[in-house]
Amino acid sequence: MIWNEAKECMSRDEIESLQSARLVKAVNRVYHNVEYYRKKMQAKGLEPGDIRGIEDLHKLPFTTYEDLNATYPFGLAAVPKSELVRLQASSGTTGKPKIAVYTRRDIDIWSECAARCMTMAGITRDDIIQVGYGYGLFTGGLGAHYGAEHIGALVVPMSTGNTQKLVTMMVDCEVTAIACTPSYLLHVAETLRDQGLLDKIKLKVALCGAEPWTDNMRSQMEELLNIKAFDIYGLTEICGPGVATDCEYHKGLHIWEDHFLPEIIDPVTGEQIDSSEYGELVITTLTKEGMPLLRYRTKDLTSIDKTPCECGRTMARIQRFKGRSDDMLIIRGVNVFPSQVEAALLTIDGTTPHYMMVVDRKDNEDTLEVQVEVEERFFSDEIKELEALSNKIKATLKTAIGLNAKIKLVEPNGLVHSEGKTKHVTDNRKLYEK
Amino acid sequence: MLAKQVTVFIENREGRLCEVLEILKENDINVVGASIADTSDFGLFRMIVNEPQKACDALKAGGIMSKLTDIISVVVPHKAGSLEKVLKVINEAGINIEYMYGMSSQNSDAAIAIKTEDLEATQALLEKHKLTE
Ligand SMILES: [Zn+2]
Repeated sequence: MIWNEAKECMSRDEIESLQSARLVKAVNRVYHNVEYYRKKMQAKGLEPGDIRGIEDLHKLPFTTYEDLNATYPFGLAAVPKSELVRLQASSGTTGKPKIAVYTRRDIDIWSECAARCMTMAGITRDDIIQVGYGYGLFTGGLGAHYGAEHIGALVVPMSTGNTQKLVTMMVDCEVTAIACTPSYLLHVAETLRDQGLLDKIKLKVALCGAEPWTDNMRSQMEELLNIKAFDIYGLTEICGPGVATDCEYHKGLHIWEDHFLPEIIDPVTGEQIDSSEYGELVITTLTKEGMPLLRYRTKDLTSIDKTPCECGRTMARIQRFKGRSDDMLIIRGVNVFPSQVEAALLTIDGTTPHYMMVVDRKDNEDTLEVQVEVEERFFSDEIKELEALSNKIKATLKTAIGLNAKIKLVEPNGLVHSEGKTKHVTDNRKLYEK
Repeated sequence: MLAKQVTVFIENREGRLCEVLEILKENDINVVGASIADTSDFGLFRMIVNEPQKACDALKAGGIMSKLTDIISVVVPHKAGSLEKVLKVINEAGINIEYMYGMSSQNSDAAIAIKTEDLEATQALLEKHKLTE
């Protein structure tokens, strides 16, 4: 099923002329309403008239996390605050969250995009869907919720944190669809199996996102739960879940090009490259009112396939991600930068001890261990003092990154200190296809 | 009397304790008392040695961090009730004992190393009760 055939199946020519028209409008809007963008464009000697269509996209300045940080919190808003109805946020690299603000129309378009994704996964008004993403500043919960409600499905807003309740309700309420992170779904599947409930569920489909996953994980969950699993992509800065999803042919994620203009750049030089080549995904929002973004660098590495898909949709497909061009980690669906951990450790005693983040996946749940060297200033002859130190680090990290980490105190010089840039992350998970 | 204890932080991994003792042996340092306190991840190896500062320096040179802390050593004669007598005095004064362990003494008596929350007060107390040599 296709939610909006008129849009999802437009010819490539129609898509591109619509994008061009919308890009021209979007550039005009930010130039006149966002001082920061106006200055950025002026610095490149650009006026709105220089952008006549998508062929001129490459002339526009990029938007990066640094720009969001410099304009935090409302510097990129293109409408008066009275027009804004929502704020969402995700973690940034240095403590300041990445904020996105939305007008009522932005929320409507977000719902429309999420509805297209839901429909692509085969979810209809007849389904009962559990949303197992966190509700709150994180876009996952509310994004999936609005999309599912928009198509008329019965939404069960589970949020995160209570697997037993989720499993019980899945059985009792005959839930047919679920939206959550892939690793959490595998955890749910194992809980169902361990409780002998696998043949008591009516689940048909899962819409998984917020972290990278592999085809191997897909077949694992499809087999275990006897369902179809789909990949949904989104990012707070653009709108959250609903930017792209894969169809039943699983040949990449259809991105809603009438609202989000994708391009691929060389992450090192910043040059636009042929979108069929691997590089960094850059997205320009075409219809955003609250916080339109020009050429936002997602840091996600992928390529784009514009050939028609067997499902009938013409919207381009972004391919499986090959990694990131920065050091962001996604742990249990939460974005974590090593720099956040570093900044948090700094607050413990004024200087940063040597540390190492070890990320792993055990029983389909991400684990984070932070190893901290016990330097002389921390050292005590009493166990309770060291345990207090460990608890303090744990609490500080929980506040900073929103995750419970296992703290392991290690001997001074117990971690590898390489010359120059010390390696701070060991990720033992296999998240990306080779 | 007040004495210096050498404390070493060790990760719970095979052979680490031996490495520490090997360094002490090579530097001709005699260990007269020792205890290990551990958690699931790490342990504290506490020692009374004949030359504490030399021990610390040698360990440091061997890449192992240690720390000198004051403790009180008390001689306890080999007879029933002698340890109880010492602890009772400390307990009745309301002073918390952080940890204690056995060590050898100069003569044929036994001795204990005690760390309390207030070493000075403890020392004064033991002197008052003539429990120090
Ligand atoms: Zn398709």
